[in-house]
Amino acid sequence: MALKVDSGDRLVTRPMLILFAVLVSLPFWIEAVGLYQYLGIEIVVWMIYALGFNLLLGYTGLPSFGHGAYFGVGAYAFGLIQLRVVESLWLGLIAGILAAMAAGAAVAGLISHRRGIYYALMTIACGQVFWFTSVKWRSVTGGEDGLLNVARPTIDLGILSVSLRDNTALYYLAVAMLGVTVIGLWRVVHSRFGKALQAIKQNEMRAGFVGYNVWLYKYLVFTLSAGIAGLAGSLFAMAQKSAYPDVMSLHSAGLVVMMTLIGGGFVSFWGPVVGTAVFFLARDLLGAFTETWLLWYGLMFMGIILFKPEGIVGAWQDLVRRRRSAGTAEGTGFLPRLRG
Amino acid sequence: MAHVEPLFVASHLHKRFGHQVVLEEINLAFRQGEVSGIMGPNGAGKTTCFNVLTGRYKPDRGQVRFGGEDITGLPPRTIARKGVSRSFQLINLFNDYTALENILVALPEVRNRGFNMTQSLSRDSAAMDKAAAILRQVGLAGKELEPAKMLSYGDRRALEIAVALAPEPRILFLDEPTSGMGTQATVRLAELLMDLKQRYTMVVIEHDMKFLFELADRISVIHWGQVIAEGSPAELRANKWVQASNLGKLA
Repeated sequence: MALKVDSGDRLVTRPMLILFAVLVSLPFWIEAVGLYQYLGIEIVVWMIYALGFNLLLGYTGLPSFGHGAYFGVGAYAFGLIQLRVVESLWLGLIAGILAAMAAGAAVAGLISHRRGIYYALMTIACGQVFWFTSVKWRSVTGGEDGLLNVARPTIDLGILSVSLRDNTALYYLAVAMLGVTVIGLWRVVHSRFGKALQAIKQNEMRAGFVGYNVWLYKYLVFTLSAGIAGLAGSLFAMAQKSAYPDVMSLHSAGLVVMMTLIGGGFVSFWGPVVGTAVFFLARDLLGAFTETWLLWYGLMFMGIILFKPEGIVGAWQDLVRRRRSAGTAEGTGFLPRLRG
Repeated sequence: MAHVEPLFVASHLHKRFGHQVVLEEINLAFRQGEVSGIMGPNGAGKTTCFNVLTGRYKPDRGQVRFGGEDITGLPPRTIARKGVSRSFQLINLFNDYTALENILVALPEVRNRGFNMTQSLSRDSAAMDKAAAILRQVGLAGKELEPAKMLSYGDRRALEIAVALAPEPRILFLDEPTSGMGTQATVRLAELLMDLKQRYTMVVIEHDMKFLFELADRISVIHWGQVIAEGSPAELRANKWVQASNLGKLA
């Protein structure tokens, strides 16, 4: 039974190229449309965070409502390396990722035997432990003030070094990291591991009865997702030149859930990317007209959950499907058309 | 002649939920190459018995042995990897996956490399061919790319059995495979199971007595959480306990 190669088999796909064309060109036109360079950094950092989060929520069906903890751990680890060890970009990023993975692994060990509402509540409880620790452990975290004056270290590539003090340079570093994240995650979700995760999402019990170690898959995917949040947190610490407890709060953790769901993380790899862009554009565009922009954004969130839980990308897919009106039923499946 | 232990043996099994005793002193033996039936009224403990035998519930007492090995209390995934597979009374599929994908993810060669984070499954043509062959075996040829949730009830039942066959089991437990099916679909399923009978050791819970008496080599009757009778279909028809119960009329 021969198969056509589908986009899941490709290293780079057309939507990736479009996304990166837009992002690479963004510094040249963002100010012309009334926005500002720093917004680009925020959007890209949160895109990384949301894509990693969606590996957990959208692909494995695991609701983590305390994911801000790992974003924050990454930010603190990056900041501590810069302030107390050495100013080094790569060491800081590696420390941010590993610290978040270690925190994620510890939590995953406690919660991976749970599912549904119990899993969600455990993620909140564990997230609050990290948030509380960040507030109270003043000697390390700086308490409520957080870590201030975190350096933006120079990218040192041997023959070439690039300063990240300028927002545009930092933006391009974030875009490069997003590129690595997108290509890596695209590979993961279309790999055998990704298919097992989706099987677990659809029917955890059945997955166990055909021999999958469901606990271990849940443990690994949580740890991986936390590591990606740590990468985003490290970039965030550079962007903000600080790390502080607020990013670990329940409120902040809720934002990534909203971005992922509004974009359509349940039905598309690209849902979190769209959702993140919509969130920040809503914040800045609606925010220009009213201080209550979050109220309107919240109403939009409610509307989408009530009437189109598949999110913006889901609505787009419906539109395209209707236009094509091929009339053939398709699953979310990973297999393309068969021939032969 | 040396005593040969049956392929699957349950000895002195007890299971209770709170104060409710659900299984009491259950002793069952399923021999290699045979189809064993389990019958009994609703609430007798048949499905709980299956759940204990396949690892979903741990027994409070007793032992389960498979292929001479003690598997008591092991988790379902471990028992499954040893060659025990099952279907469910309520259909349990990967609903968003196509029929072919349902089989693919259950294949041992796919499952055993499930931690591979780089290799795509859609290029594994050997696994595709094998999955397609299993679907043909259960009469689902031509429906490979239909999502499981879009299949008819009868086809979903057949797919449920196909998913149980995919891990290449040494013993197959089927929990009420005809449940909710119409006459035509039941006939089709009966043909499928008669075909599978040539190749698999099976244990079947079934309410359709005619179906079970034609299919099974040996039948155990469970009532009030106990095995009240055992034997070949002919022996059971003559059994006074079975005759005294409603089951006797059906048998």
